[in-house]
Amino acid sequence: MSDQKSKIAKQFMEAIPHSRALGMRLTHVGEGRADIEMDYDARFIGDPETGVIHGGAISALMDTCCGAAAMSHPASPGGTATIDLRIDYMRPATPGQMIRAQAECYHITRSVAFVRARATDDDDTLPVATATGTFTVEGK
Amino acid sequence: MARPRPEPVQVIKQRRDAALNALVQGVPYIRFLGVAFDRRGDELTAIMPYDDKLIGNPLLPALHGGATAAFLEITAIIGLSWGMLWEEIESGAFDPEAIVGGALPRLPKTIDFTVDYLRSGLPRDAYARAQVNRSGRRYASVHVEAWQDNRGRPFAQATGHFLMPRRDG
Repeated sequence: MSDQKSKIAKQFMEAIPHSRALGMRLTHVGEGRADIEMDYDARFIGDPETGVIHGGAISALMDTCCGAAAMSHPASPGGTATIDLRIDYMRPATPGQMIRAQAECYHITRSVAFVRARATDDDDTLPVATATGTFTVEGK
Repeated sequence: MARPRPEPVQVIKQRRDAALNALVQGVPYIRFLGVAFDRRGDELTAIMPYDDKLIGNPLLPALHGGATAAFLEITAIIGLSWGMLWEEIESGAFDPEAIVGGALPRLPKTIDFTVDYLRSGLPRDAYARAQVNRSGRRYASVHVEAWQDNRGRPFAQATGHFLMPRRDG
């Protein structure tokens, strides 16, 4: 049952055009948690002088990861949409390194899923960014 | 007699548009998303033309929240940078030809960014405008609103804080 749901979530993720355009890979999903990886790509640069990835690409990664975590929660019937998402940027991501986001849906009601996430590059002691968001809980 | 004759309008417009274009085209991610800017005096409107790769929910279909967030953040950063540059260009402190020549100014860095999703983003072109509520020497606070068909019905809004680049002199 839970495996089935994870499989559906994974297929759904791969069917999201924007996530696919950014080359996101879902490496884990289930029980209200999700991990997604995104490779460094010169097209995603936000600061041409330093080669650091644009905050917008990190936002897309965080949003996708948080949404996947919300959908994978055992109490979620399936669908979700972002209500709000806040991202704090702790430090610039190191150019050339893959970014990995980990999200956790830490509370869910009949209507709202509460999610937090962190994104790291090769150095996972200090996150590149953290996110907190609320998502709708919708039937599929 | 005391005031020098103003430059021809085309010369001024061309210089401003070239500086804006260089600023925008210098950022790869803005090109990746296909975001463009329309200028009326110092007011900018960002445009994100519809593209299939911006979709987040193919069933509805709806724009990806991440594409919307990026669009808003781009609008905020360019709006903030443009406000900064505008003063320097107009006062003659900054040579717009230098930007066109590839010497891009340092951009503000995002400290935090909060997006409210008001309604789902339709598969159409999207527009956004930024309002710089405060721009200090070190920090700035910017609000952005995005809409599609109807200006009075925004589909997303955001507030962000930014660290301003150090300026010489």
